[in-house]
Amino acid sequence: MLTYVLRKLALLLPTILGISICAFAFVRVLPGDPILAMAGQHGVTPERYEILKEQFGYNLPIWQQYFNYLWSVLRGDFGISLATKRPVINEFMTLFPATIELSLSAMFLAVIIGIPAGIFAAVKRGSWFDQFTMGVALTGYSMPIFWWGLLLIIFFSGYLGWTPVSGRIDLTFFLRPITGFMLIDTLLYGNWPAFVSAVRHLILPAVVLGTIPLAVIARQTRSAMLEVLGEDYVRTAKAKGMPPRRVVNVHALRNALIPVVTTIGLQVGLLLGGAILTETIFTWPGIGKWMIDSISKRDYVVVQSGLLIIALIVMAVNLLVDLLYALINPRIRVQ
Amino acid sequence: MSTTTEPPVTTKPVSGLREFWYYFSVNRGAVIGLTVFAILLICAIFAPWIAPYSPDVQFRDALLKPPVWDAAADPRFLLGTDPVGRDILSRLIHGARFSLFIGFFVVVGALVVGVVLGVLAGYFGGWVDALVMRVMDIILAFPPLLLALVLVAILGPGLFNAMIAIALVLQPHFARLVRAAVMAEKNREYVTAAKLSGAGHIRLMLITILPNCLGPLIVQATLSFSNAILEAAALGFLGMGAQPPTPEWGTMLASAREFIIKAPWVVTFPGLAILITVLAINLIGDGLRDALDPKLKRS
Amino acid sequence: MKLMKTMMAATAMVALAAGAAEAKQLVYCSEASPAHFDPGPLTGGNDFDASSQTIYNRLVEFVPGTTEVAPALAESWEISDDGLEYTFHLRPGVKFHTTSYFTPSRDLNADDVIFSFERQYKEDNPWNQYLEGMTWDYFQGMDMPKYIKSLEKVDDLTVKLTLTEPNAPMLANLAMDFASIVSKEYADKLEADGNMAAFSTQPIGTGPFQFVDYQLDTVIRYQAFADYWDGKQPIDDLVFAITTDASVRAQRLLAGECDIMPYPAPADIETLKADENLNVMEQEGLNIGYISYNVTEKPFDNPEVRKALTMAIDKQAIIDAVYQGAGQDAKNLIPPTMWSYNDAIPADVYDPEKAKQMLEEAGVTDLTTDLWAIPVSRPYNPNGQRVAELIQSDWAKVGVTANIVTYEWTEYRERGKQKDRKGPFMIGWTGDNGDPDNFFATLFSCSAIGVSNYSSWCNDDFETAIQDAKKTADQDERAALYTKAQEIFKQEEPAITLAHSRVFMPMNKKVQNYKMSPLGSHIFKGVDIAE
Repeated sequence: MLTYVLRKLALLLPTILGISICAFAFVRVLPGDPILAMAGQHGVTPERYEILKEQFGYNLPIWQQYFNYLWSVLRGDFGISLATKRPVINEFMTLFPATIELSLSAMFLAVIIGIPAGIFAAVKRGSWFDQFTMGVALTGYSMPIFWWGLLLIIFFSGYLGWTPVSGRIDLTFFLRPITGFMLIDTLLYGNWPAFVSAVRHLILPAVVLGTIPLAVIARQTRSAMLEVLGEDYVRTAKAKGMPPRRVVNVHALRNALIPVVTTIGLQVGLLLGGAILTETIFTWPGIGKWMIDSISKRDYVVVQSGLLIIALIVMAVNLLVDLLYALINPRIRVQ
Repeated sequence: MSTTTEPPVTTKPVSGLREFWYYFSVNRGAVIGLTVFAILLICAIFAPWIAPYSPDVQFRDALLKPPVWDAAADPRFLLGTDPVGRDILSRLIHGARFSLFIGFFVVVGALVVGVVLGVLAGYFGGWVDALVMRVMDIILAFPPLLLALVLVAILGPGLFNAMIAIALVLQPHFARLVRAAVMAEKNREYVTAAKLSGAGHIRLMLITILPNCLGPLIVQATLSFSNAILEAAALGFLGMGAQPPTPEWGTMLASAREFIIKAPWVVTFPGLAILITVLAINLIGDGLRDALDPKLKRS
Repeated sequence: MKLMKTMMAATAMVALAAGAAEAKQLVYCSEASPAHFDPGPLTGGNDFDASSQTIYNRLVEFVPGTTEVAPALAESWEISDDGLEYTFHLRPGVKFHTTSYFTPSRDLNADDVIFSFERQYKEDNPWNQYLEGMTWDYFQGMDMPKYIKSLEKVDDLTVKLTLTEPNAPMLANLAMDFASIVSKEYADKLEADGNMAAFSTQPIGTGPFQFVDYQLDTVIRYQAFADYWDGKQPIDDLVFAITTDASVRAQRLLAGECDIMPYPAPADIETLKADENLNVMEQEGLNIGYISYNVTEKPFDNPEVRKALTMAIDKQAIIDAVYQGAGQDAKNLIPPTMWSYNDAIPADVYDPEKAKQMLEEAGVTDLTTDLWAIPVSRPYNPNGQRVAELIQSDWAKVGVTANIVTYEWTEYRERGKQKDRKGPFMIGWTGDNGDPDNFFATLFSCSAIGVSNYSSWCNDDFETAIQDAKKTADQDERAALYTKAQEIFKQEEPAITLAHSRVFMPMNKKVQNYKMSPLGSHIFKGVDIAE
């Protein structure tokens, strides 16, 4: 196992280097000018332009700029946002919990609904429940979520008035963040109404973001389950007269869940992509919205470092999933 | 699929096709999907003849008219008009062209690049494999939509650039798939036999091995087709895809977003069109998978 | 059942909390996150709303709801006869905010005033570059370095400003956001602590509200400053709930999540007006959306061609479809609310037949040109793309083919400035200080070519009129000169003046005494909220 882990990590090194080069290169070739992006309606004088260029190191040869960047990143310095003049890493850390909270809630919904639905559909294969669930799942899987979000807002917030329109918590609650996770913070403060408010704000965005993972998980669970139910040992158990429920619970479920766990892990990249859309629609203050705002504001430093940090996180999660998979499925390791 | 040493010649494809259609047509969803897709295709091809108006003509006397079932409707416009008085139905019909074209172009682009890279990596192995796979790893480390967004920001917003960006983002899936398939196939007997009979690298790669991984490739291609449409619409929605007045569905939705309360139909119909198209393609994809994947077929 | 009980208890608690808290809170759904809270280097209207208009004061300020200049931190001032010396007498006993991070030991004095300006132009001042890559945009943009000869302390409460040449708009400039007065004592303390960056994130000012907390991209909280020199505010807490999407803002206002919001989407105004709990204030905006011809490019060098192309545009259709009625046809460069507006100028007529004829007479047939569309929504033009689509279709009717081009916003302006730019260029302007000079000279003076004169238009008569107007202190004389400038502008048509947008401010009926600023600021000084 240790050699497997080491080999994986060794493979990661060139990838990480490649990612940093990409993030750096993308930003260099973006049209627009980082210096001019900072100036307002009145523009900036040519002399001042030259001074700023030098100050930001944009006058150095490109490779030198890259190594300077890499060196500061290695020291934990991700640069300073052009717009707010605050360290990028601080902004990221402030906003990241909001995205995590949203993504985990979405995943939670997807798992608690998707897995039982998938199992049930598989067990009752061909029934109207199966057909209906799979129809809904495929529709969910085909959903343009930005449109779905807008529809839900019109209906639940506009028409019925059941859920708040946007934000993370009602503004009457003023709680300084402790962990940055609204659900945890409100509980730490022991403020129950605030917690309720946070939950109400979270529901719609989580449903929207959870829609596609839910569909994927339900479908994946169903097909994994069907496969396992067809295996010899399950048939044997059935033939021996074991009650169907026990067959499902004891034999089938455990084996069927292995690929499902992998699927869940692989949704992370997709979730972060979906977060861009969901956060934009619900004005949810997370990193998805932060990135798209920074791209349109041409905050070059934020785009560059944001890309790098996000890619590193996705990679770390994928690595974790790989290791987990290897742990439950030893055959992988020897390959 | 089969491990016969002789590559299948004349009789097999016909019966294979027939078998394929048998399994495909059993799946009711797939047939519905195919029908809807055929209708969309007809709409796209014959858009100028089917659509009641040109997608760009502005009826200045009929801004934001609701669909016909609404009391305030203008009977000339079945699904109402948009903020500058263009017929929404006509724009949706013309929009089918863009969405299908996007899907088609992206799949072909991603397929060609992905297959070439995948075959090279799988066939030669060694440093070629390592290099190609690391590059794929890098691309896959970025969330697809974010990467596409940045690429479009670099290339400049527009339909064509959006398609390039999406193709680039989707292509690693093909590459990985083909590589795995090629690696599995390359030590089979029939390949060794072909090699011994003096077939060159290119012949081995393209004619001997590749056809044997066609099944999963087709399924992946359908998946990418629907993904491409969704991603293009998402880019359009974020203002980075096709630019107005192009009647691309995502762009239509984005440029009408401010009317969501006052005139919900300008937002509803393009979204619905996206959903229906993507759903139809995914239904076909499911049918294809069931028909092409022997393991699922029998269970 | 148990859950039910807990829920009920929770509801009871909320009710109690609401009853117990007497604090009056006003929630403003703001349109964007402020970059930070030091108004000197900032540029965005949203930045100023969150800093200069709440936390800070200036020597002189605009009277709420007007562009008239009134005393603020300066109780009174004298201007020498030659218009070169300004002597300001500071208000005694003005207190700076006391917060968790700073306790002032003295009142406002001349040192604060001098520091506030010197940091903006003296490069040896340690505060000139206390944030990485900072620029003093407005200070530069209003040509302050060119005009300021010296700024001296006469005594603790007197400051003397000497100019290099007379400049009539100077007093109005000093009322602008960038001229906010900051605390030198606070700056010195931060410098000693080695924590200079905090100057922009933990602000200290003399304004009506003091800063409490900012959660990035989410919410800014202020509280009324108890020792404010003009008396404590009627409300206790001011909250900026940052909500970038206009439709979402409207939804939040309708749902009662906020009390007041800026920049509603034109499409939502009807709905907002129809709501019985809301009140929608409106006002002419101090802005102009226009399209600059490049007068050095053929055939746009011919005024007759320019006039014909303007005549071919159905401006009313643009106002209906893009401004959704929230705009007004612009016949002059300056909006009608501004003094010196020339109402005698006839409005542009829409006459495609005549336009076609005029083009033919000028020998222009089969014209193909680029048409530049702004890529972003601006107060003076909510949707550049849509405007371009409409013009494209109008011009097609007179035989002119327009290709719509656009670029990313900074790139767009850079390319637009180039003297050899091809095709009419859509742009606009929002007034900074209410002075006509801020429109005429900034946008169409000869020296602005390559900077913000997108028409590359340099007309001797026009130039003489606006330069004379700048040096004269007499308002009537200035008005006459600007009236003449507008006539020349119309004869020459260097640009199509499209529209002045109307500005709407929807708010809950509980909100009282809100005054709309013609300069586009959102000011909550003096605003009350009914129980």
